[in-house]
Amino acid sequence: MGVRVQVEDFDVAREIAQLRAGNAKVGAVAAFIGIVRDLNEAADVRTLTLEHYPGMTEKALATIVAEATQRWDICDALVVHRVGRLEPTDQIVLVAVASAHRGDAFAACEFIMDYLKTRAPFWKKEATPAGERWVEARASDDDAAARWQR
Amino acid sequence: MIHLVYLARLRDALGTAAESVDLPREVSTVHTLLAWLAQRGGVWTQELAPGRAVRVAVNHDVALGDTPVRAGDEVALFPPVTGG
Repeated sequence: MGVRVQVEDFDVAREIAQLRAGNAKVGAVAAFIGIVRDLNEAADVRTLTLEHYPGMTEKALATIVAEATQRWDICDALVVHRVGRLEPTDQIVLVAVASAHRGDAFAACEFIMDYLKTRAPFWKKEATPAGERWVEARASDDDAAARWQR
Repeated sequence: MIHLVYLARLRDALGTAAESVDLPREVSTVHTLLAWLAQRGGVWTQELAPGRAVRVAVNHDVALGDTPVRAGDEVALFPPVTGG
């Protein structure tokens, strides 16, 4: 299990190859890649700056991954989240889950992403021609995370 | 003494990123800490008013209103998260 917060971009193929390297029990890998769009409140986002809370971020992500491990039968999981200045079309987050069968991989991957959206301390600030603005949290993200509560 | 950290939009609004403060005796939980800080007036009263969406972490763990706050703690105040 691994979590990383980094400024640099990531190579999805290489990350997935490492995640399942040498493990013949892995029969499925599900991955989610989040990408910066040029559209939020209006179609004029030039750059996105990702801030986080060092120390808490890694702990929060590790807690989410640990919970996924308890709920589903997974071999390994990885979360890579970028911080700093990003532009539309840039990759922002990778969640990859390896398991024996696809059901566990799909479910755990979606769970980790839904919880990351509502529990990991990251904040987005958009720069537009009109100036900078902090992105507001969405109620739909809370609803997505609430689906997983038993 | 506790260490307070303000993040993202809240840091911009309050105009400060961090401070160390001595707690008065009546402050023992997240709820009483927020009420005490809100008494500072101006943007503090505005941003920390009851009903505003302020999230709190104590020592890097998500905290609720009744979470204890003790000397030596790092307490972070921030808006709802928007990562991913």
